[in-house]
Amino acid sequence: MSTPGTTGLVLEEGLSFAQSVKGRIGYSLPPSGVPETDPTAKLPKTLLRQTDATLPEISEVDTVRHFVRLSQQNYCKDVGLFPLGSCTMKYNPRITEEVSKIAGFANAHPMAMPEATQGSLQLIYELQQYLAEISGMDFVTCWPAAGSHGELTGMLMVRAYQTSKGNPRKKVIIPDSAHGTNPASAAICQYEVVTIPSNKEGILTAPAVAEVMDEEVAALMVTNPNTLGIFEENIQEICDVVHKKGGLVYCDGANLNALLGIVKLGDAGVDLLHFNLHKTFSTPHGGGGPGAGPVGIKKKLEPFLPNPVIVKENNDYKLENRPQSIGRMKAYFGNFGMLVRAYTYIREFGPEGLRKISEMAVLNANYIRKALMGTYHLAYSKSSLHESVFSDKLQKDHGIKTLDIAKRLMDFGYHPPTIYFPLIVHGSLMIEPTESEPKDSLDQFIEAMKLIAKECEEKPDFVKAAPHNTFRGRLDEVKAAKELKLRWNP
Amino acid sequence: MRYIPHTNEEIQAMLKSIGLKSVEELFSSIPESLLLQKPLKLPAALDEQTLLGQLESIAARNHTLPMNRSFLGGGVYRHYIPSTVSDLMRRSEFLTPYTPYQPEIAQGTLQLMFEFQTMVSEIYGMEVANSSLYDGSTALSEAILMAIRIGKNRKTVLMPESIHPEYTQVAKTILKTFDEHFVTLPITKEGTIERSSLNDYLNPDLTCCIIPYPNFFGIVEDVRDIVSMVHQAGGLVIFSVTEPLSLGLFESPGALGADIVCGEGQSLGLPPSFGGPFAGFFATKQAFLRQIPGRLCGMTTDNKGKPGFVLTLSTREQHIRREKATSNICTNQALCATQITLYLTLLGKEGFKKLAQLNWQRTEYAKQKLSAIPGVTLTFPTSTTFNEFVIQLPKNADVVLRDLRIKNFDGGISLDHWYPNLDNAVLVNVTEWNGKEDIDAFANALKGSIQ
Repeated sequence: MSTPGTTGLVLEEGLSFAQSVKGRIGYSLPPSGVPETDPTAKLPKTLLRQTDATLPEISEVDTVRHFVRLSQQNYCKDVGLFPLGSCTMKYNPRITEEVSKIAGFANAHPMAMPEATQGSLQLIYELQQYLAEISGMDFVTCWPAAGSHGELTGMLMVRAYQTSKGNPRKKVIIPDSAHGTNPASAAICQYEVVTIPSNKEGILTAPAVAEVMDEEVAALMVTNPNTLGIFEENIQEICDVVHKKGGLVYCDGANLNALLGIVKLGDAGVDLLHFNLHKTFSTPHGGGGPGAGPVGIKKKLEPFLPNPVIVKENNDYKLENRPQSIGRMKAYFGNFGMLVRAYTYIREFGPEGLRKISEMAVLNANYIRKALMGTYHLAYSKSSLHESVFSDKLQKDHGIKTLDIAKRLMDFGYHPPTIYFPLIVHGSLMIEPTESEPKDSLDQFIEAMKLIAKECEEKPDFVKAAPHNTFRGRLDEVKAAKELKLRWNP
Repeated sequence: MRYIPHTNEEIQAMLKSIGLKSVEELFSSIPESLLLQKPLKLPAALDEQTLLGQLESIAARNHTLPMNRSFLGGGVYRHYIPSTVSDLMRRSEFLTPYTPYQPEIAQGTLQLMFEFQTMVSEIYGMEVANSSLYDGSTALSEAILMAIRIGKNRKTVLMPESIHPEYTQVAKTILKTFDEHFVTLPITKEGTIERSSLNDYLNPDLTCCIIPYPNFFGIVEDVRDIVSMVHQAGGLVIFSVTEPLSLGLFESPGALGADIVCGEGQSLGLPPSFGGPFAGFFATKQAFLRQIPGRLCGMTTDNKGKPGFVLTLSTREQHIRREKATSNICTNQALCATQITLYLTLLGKEGFKKLAQLNWQRTEYAKQKLSAIPGVTLTFPTSTTFNEFVIQLPKNADVVLRDLRIKNFDGGISLDHWYPNLDNAVLVNVTEWNGKEDIDAFANALKGSIQ
């Protein structure tokens, strides 16, 4: 067996608060250097804090150990394959970290005068142009802080556009395979969600959309490739159906990693599209954020772009506030540090390199798909791109659920795939290897998956008790929700 | 390509095992009319060395001054970040995992979320906190959305003029489609909330009142009277905190009666980074827990009885509740929250207090020094401030600030853009980066620039 496995030295580490010893500190304060005044004597007592915030009291050495020990309890992309479907866990190049730490970027203050921050504005402006070219959109705004924030920005623009046409409309059509954020974002904009089913092949058809499309539908939100990894091949006809009734098509760009240099979704008729820079353009996932969710739009939506809009005059960049704008989506200038990383990533790859990303991401996904077909039940047989969705159907007879397979994978040194999503596949296992993995790494993963399938037949109870080699065993989620301990108490 | 490991031989072998002849065939499910025939029009690929050089020259177009020569604040604060923070935050185990969906192999991220939630609760003086939102501005919008859910049919949101103006703009954008009335409460001549302006709204229609603390002018005011007025009308009180370090010195929002406290975490260990990524803090009372937006981490045990942590109460969230979720937000800002947790662990209980005092002391010195310049006065002379204050100049603020830049000072933020009646006013921020010599030199430069 050649999989990485999970034996190693991981130390127990208690809460920092519980390690406090009065008088310990990990920070060296400078002297005030100004005539000492005692705030407690000068300020009204009613304004002063009466009870100190209980923060840890530990030394720098203990703080370093605390964080290093805790870090070692994490699985991460830099230790191995992380096939979490829909999350595009690719390698994060170190150059992008380096660039984000250049003092001119890291210390740039957003309230400085625009003439003092031309470099930041130039970088954002150029990134917007690159993303527009990649997606076939006319303009891009980089302000949204995450994909979900991009969706909200997009839906507010949809509403502003429809309102300008005389009626904000009432409904948004969303397929049943969509991410949960799509309906949640539409709901904040007061849209009623109309769910439509995908067909037997796992895709949308123009007639299915036409059936629910009317003059009260503001937009269709679609993910392409969809969450099954399948390209929505009817996208052009679907866009036509929606456009004919005055609706707009919003595309969730979560799966753009399959399409770089292959297809521009703007060409297919999509009116708005958000990018997840932390997926496709490799800004680190950071344990769950920060991300960045720029939104691309077609010309007809330009007046509604969130403020401020960066405009270029000669070689200077200026900020413009526009009257029909939906307004400001976030203080300052988006998650700038993430924009710097994504910009660097695009510049290192260039046009041919970007295409190669998608080619190899799709090759890897299909290689795994082919190898595991038969061992695991493939939910849809239609050909897929950057990810594939299996289920626990073949293992169910042995009493094994998707969760058990996922947990057992950890013992072989892997992060499990996305499980129980998309909701339309019962017991789904969604595998997205990304382009970062070579063939031998995929072979090892395939071997582990096959071994687990065999274990499901031969020793199902052992699989059901997995993981066996991890720092912690299965955690009691019911207890967590019932007893609700959300903080340490002094 | 160094990030794509495939050799030609491997590509051929993989294609063969799939049963395909070419890479192009992988995309045969895409209608041919959509397949691009030409490469994208983007700049050509660069090697690392050349790329770094190009990005350094773009960064150089930012005339970013050394921290001690800057007096810029306005919601983004320059605080010293210990080398331990910058160094440990480069660890792969923090940078490259994702949301801890699989807790058995993500205890590090989860325990740090739990410690973060504890720290935010403690600093705000509140019972529970979530594991962070995007930033302070969107956290305020989420707080108002939460107050609307709790208040049901109540329709009035009171927004003092002294809230960070961009926070107000964001709230008005995100809540645009709600039928809430946003009422702007005026400020007094001392920069505090005009109490009498509340009178008309203390009725069963009141959803919530926002209290900026400290406010955009750096002022800390005793708001116990407002809290009790709003509570008597059945409304909620939301505190918006842009500079959490102030809470090392000033009374916590929880002790003042806050129902929801939200704000920016940047000042506790994150660089300005042109405005992001930061981390939004969000805390509330236990009673409102099920209405809280965003991720929560809870303590539990594993199957051997060992303590551990998991994401919990996810039935509030979008991936389960879809259009009925408490928020459309998916993840938190985990990496930023981790960095803040690390910073606060180093600073500790005493450091948090002492650094707040130091900021206040240097700011008091700067106030004296700058207001002693003939022609310069404090705009709100009797109000208590933390590390930021407003000065009145005898001439156009932008002209003076541009002149100061020539002398290598970022002198502050001109306010007339947001507050036309605060003509020639500049918001000045002083932190531990600005020593006595820096403040003295700044005062000298300002003296020259206003002549």
